[in-house]
Amino acid sequence: MAKQPVISLRRAVRGPAGLILPALALLLVVMVWPLLQLLYRSFMTPSFSLSKYQDLFTDGVSVTILVRTVVMSAIVTVVTLLLAYPYAYALTKVSHRTRAIMMALVLLPFWTSLMARTFAWLVLLQDTGVVNSMLKAVGIGSLALIRNTTGVTLGMTQVLLPFMVLPLYSTMSKIDPRLMTAAVSLGAPFRVAFRRIYLPLSMPGVVAGATLVSIMSLGFYITPQILGSPQQAMISQLIATKIDRLLDFGSAGALSAVLILVTLVLLGLMSRVVKPSEALGSTGAEE
Amino acid sequence: MLDSDRRLSWFTKVMVALVAFYLVTPTLIVIPLSFTDRASFDFPPKGWSLRYYQDFLTAPEWRDALFTSLRLGVAVMLLATLLGTAAAVALVRGRFPGKSFVNGLLLAPMIVPVIVVAVATFGTFLRWQLVGTFTGFLLAHTVLALPFVVVTVSSALQTFDDRLELAAASLGAGPLTRLRRVTLPLVLPGVLSGAVFAFVTSFDEVVVALYIQSPQMRTLPVRMYTSVTSETDPTIAAASTFILVVTTLLILLPQLIRRGERV
Repeated sequence: MAKQPVISLRRAVRGPAGLILPALALLLVVMVWPLLQLLYRSFMTPSFSLSKYQDLFTDGVSVTILVRTVVMSAIVTVVTLLLAYPYAYALTKVSHRTRAIMMALVLLPFWTSLMARTFAWLVLLQDTGVVNSMLKAVGIGSLALIRNTTGVTLGMTQVLLPFMVLPLYSTMSKIDPRLMTAAVSLGAPFRVAFRRIYLPLSMPGVVAGATLVSIMSLGFYITPQILGSPQQAMISQLIATKIDRLLDFGSAGALSAVLILVTLVLLGLMSRVVKPSEALGSTGAEE
Repeated sequence: MLDSDRRLSWFTKVMVALVAFYLVTPTLIVIPLSFTDRASFDFPPKGWSLRYYQDFLTAPEWRDALFTSLRLGVAVMLLATLLGTAAAVALVRGRFPGKSFVNGLLLAPMIVPVIVVAVATFGTFLRWQLVGTFTGFLLAHTVLALPFVVVTVSSALQTFDDRLELAAASLGAGPLTRLRRVTLPLVLPGVLSGAVFAFVTSFDEVVVALYIQSPQMRTLPVRMYTSVTSETDPTIAAASTFILVVTTLLILLPQLIRRGERV
């Protein structure tokens, strides 16, 4: 053994590639196969046709809902970005101790139950809820905060904030602070230096975070279902309705295909600016 | 002092405070709510009691859901950790064709919208008669939990110095001994945090569960969903508080242990 060259030693310690097989098999059987079957059913009604897809464009509802979903996703992405940018910036400037606390606050949503949080929002925002009784106490009448876009935006933004903060922070922490110092020492006002130097350098983080958040918000189901209104349904709710009411796997499959297609197009557009692996990898980078 | 070095502006500080408040406080409202003494979500509660905790732990529909979720979470944790760790070893160490494709495929459950996964799983499980079965839940949740295990274990393996294994091999240790005595102890923190993620993924999952549930097989999040959409019962506040405490403890546990070791 000791006489063998290092090359074969290296080969000896390589984990066998076969270890991938159990996970891969499970994934193919329980995830890929059902998805393919759903896709298949969207075309076979019962013989091959595109009628389920044509219906989407003619039923007068699906396109509206699809557009609404994309708009909603854009709103949530912008709000999340506006909130996360200063937070991530502060993360790079504060002491170790403060950073640990701020980081824990960001990671909190990862392990707090989605149902518990959605329920909490429901209690806070309902017509007789906490926010409205406080508004009444200070003399502002009660506002409709729930079963509309406000409630859904509030709930979704809270769930998605970490996915914006983490990529932003991972990009910002790599920006050399001396660049700003140099710009300011050469006479640029802080605001100008920020806009001309810091902002462009932080763009990869912005794009990565925006990609993640917009893609994830396209598929949100529980939050809009509980905090939103059926009259302002998102595409995920429409998919659910097709199954819940009619067990119509064909239509649900067609809608799912469209949703995944929109997701992929978005991912493709964004990946022209930043590599998808970076966008996804950066979330797990900081722990 | 140069201007660029200045501390955070008041604007940034206010934003940070707002975001921190927004991330944490809304959720905490379930805690006082769970100690109310009447069937309403009035805040602050008019009177206090523990009756909804008693309900949560004794009423069959809540208690059964809790135990189903706990059993399922542990099973998913074991299976996902086993398969995910093996997959991570193969992905980081092994060489095989289509590796980056397989890597992407393993992360797919994170990207495909969960409602699509739920509907697809439901359709297929109906045919396989897995709807409402423990096996069905175990399979569906394990797939959802896999990416988390693969990611955490992969990153632990990547930072692991494989010369340590070379050294062990050169000293005559066989593959199993190397795995047991060198590799596993060093990547164990990664494996453990993957396991915690897997448990929490299953324990918290609601959309797929809504579709493959049956009256006999109903998880806690499904019970909570039913409660939120159809009744005014503060038991859900007790359930939420219970989950918050358990998951927070679970996440903090590794850090507490690590801190204890250092001392």
